[in-house]
Amino acid sequence: MGPLLEMGMIKEKDMLLEIRGLKKYFHSRGLQYWKQEGLIRAVDDVSMDIRPGETLGLVGESGCGKSTLAKLIMGLETPTAGEILFEGENIAGYSRDAWRAFRDKVQIIFQDPYASLNPRRTAGKTIGEPFFIRRKNLRKKEIDEHVTRLLALVGLSSDQAERYPHEFSGGQRQRIGIARAISVEPSLVIADEPVSALDVSIQAQILNLMKDLQDELHLTYLFISHNLGVIRHMSDRVIVMYLGRIVESGTNEAIFGDPRHPYTRLLLSAILDPHARKGKKATNGTGESKAMMQPDMCRFYPRCPIGGDLCLNKTPKLMQLTEDHAVACHFGIR
Amino acid sequence: MAEGKTVLDIKDLRTCFHTEKGDVRAVDGVSLSISEGTTLGVVGESGCGKTVLALSVMRLIPIPPGEILSGEILLEGVDLLRLNREEMRKVRGKSISMIFQEPMTSLNPVITVGAQIAEIVRLHEGKSNKEALEYAIEMLNMVGIDHPKKRIRDYPHQMSGGMRQRIMIAMALACKPRLMIADEPTTALDVTVQAQILELMEDLKKRINTSILFITHDLGVIAHFAQTVAIMYAGKIVEQAASDSFFASPLHPYSLGLIEAVPVVTKEWDREKRLRTIPGMVPDMSKPIKGCAFQDRCGYVMPICREQEPELIEKRMGHWVRCWKWA
Repeated sequence: MGPLLEMGMIKEKDMLLEIRGLKKYFHSRGLQYWKQEGLIRAVDDVSMDIRPGETLGLVGESGCGKSTLAKLIMGLETPTAGEILFEGENIAGYSRDAWRAFRDKVQIIFQDPYASLNPRRTAGKTIGEPFFIRRKNLRKKEIDEHVTRLLALVGLSSDQAERYPHEFSGGQRQRIGIARAISVEPSLVIADEPVSALDVSIQAQILNLMKDLQDELHLTYLFISHNLGVIRHMSDRVIVMYLGRIVESGTNEAIFGDPRHPYTRLLLSAILDPHARKGKKATNGTGESKAMMQPDMCRFYPRCPIGGDLCLNKTPKLMQLTEDHAVACHFGIR
Repeated sequence: MAEGKTVLDIKDLRTCFHTEKGDVRAVDGVSLSISEGTTLGVVGESGCGKTVLALSVMRLIPIPPGEILSGEILLEGVDLLRLNREEMRKVRGKSISMIFQEPMTSLNPVITVGAQIAEIVRLHEGKSNKEALEYAIEMLNMVGIDHPKKRIRDYPHQMSGGMRQRIMIAMALACKPRLMIADEPTTALDVTVQAQILELMEDLKKRINTSILFITHDLGVIAHFAQTVAIMYAGKIVEQAASDSFFASPLHPYSLGLIEAVPVVTKEWDREKRLRTIPGMVPDMSKPIKGCAFQDRCGYVMPICREQEPELIEKRMGHWVRCWKWA
């Protein structure tokens, strides 16, 4: 959405991040590892924008390419084709120094708060290090002050800086992961399944914290999750991915109020909502996603309830229904 | 609760772990019963003791450090806690079976799935190798795996997560058990696959007339697939009721908190909306708790909650709650 956009304070041009025709292919090998078995199109022709100040939700099942996309944006994978523009500049052409500056502006929160913290480093060290690396000639006192401020921001007390990860609960560890990410004052934070490993009561605390931090620090989130409830709660705009392609994108209201792609509908029908028990059959969907397929067919066709011959021969392109709702389906347009 | 024959009756079960920090009372006086052909959902967060409860029923608690202190676990009248090792082995996999959360780690990676299913019927029903393999094919067919004749020769790594969980279900139901314990069976799966697996379990439950003890942290799953619900907190049942009654009006503040904390796909969406949270964390169970275990996280806390532990009382017909607010 971008309230800023609506108010006319920013123009369409001032995208924080633009992705154009991004592709990442992996070669898959079987037991005979020297032979190439096929091509996995992990991210296939993805174009999207992230607007400053918004939360863009990215939803899809395992293997749909959402984590690969996050890695591409972070510069941790090299794209097969396509380009990523950050504040209008192509990150592929970055110099060493530009990369360093880029790392300050784009940070990531990982899914697993158990695995993503160094067990032999105190919380304070983990949080303070990015800040220290960025501005070398700092005195210890300044770093300590910074760490204390960050801990307070994420709801931890300053004496907890001296503790090691194993002394924290899962929710607290995720708070440390968040503090580390915002330590260098990034503009874009990629959150890759940040609450999937947490209990519901803790999950709610972390989601609220992320919203508070967004308001306070003017953060932009790329929020990756497979949980539609979480995506609905957090996102201004939503992108639905299936096997490397965007199948539907639009505002939160459009995706959840008027889903057009059969896959989006399948996802929505599979939600088990404790608030709405009656009159609900879980799903009519069958099958599971498969990574390797012919390139020129609709990837959802094998599971699709409404597909026709056209879908076998032509990959549907993402078509704009309204200004802020697009769908990639030959039949889902009506 | 519901009519019908009681399959499993747990009475005042206490399981404890002796640790360096002290005794952790993981299951602290739990009583539950499951009627024939129904699903009982046990809901709670990590560390509430729900998995220890399941493992106690299977008698798979590592001793030491664990110990089942007291109680009875009656499976159709037979107290499992009084069986010797040999007798218990005959119960596991035959009368009670279990599905675990991780279908990746609970199958043997170096044995074909067919052989793993066949092993169970060979051991428990004395079938020959050939009969057992034929039966395995039948089971794969029943859990909806295509080309079962080919697939029995597959190893677990050749299958997807959803298919592996189907294999686990085939193994669990191979001997038509009276009770199936499912410990977070769909947590590791994608949402659409989760829905398929749950429906498969529901369908097979009816066909085999088995009962399910369903352990999960996901109230959504329980709302749609369980007839009775038990909410567990710090080793104790804090609320227990028929699903209809529970979801119509949950009584315990913890149950309310759990339901409210789930972000859902609601009709209206508000950017500024915040989720209701349950503040704080689960208490350290190695230390004795004075009063109610939920007191520090509860919005309705009263002086008595800090003094005395509430009893489980029947507030409404078949709807039990452990809270001073309702006492």
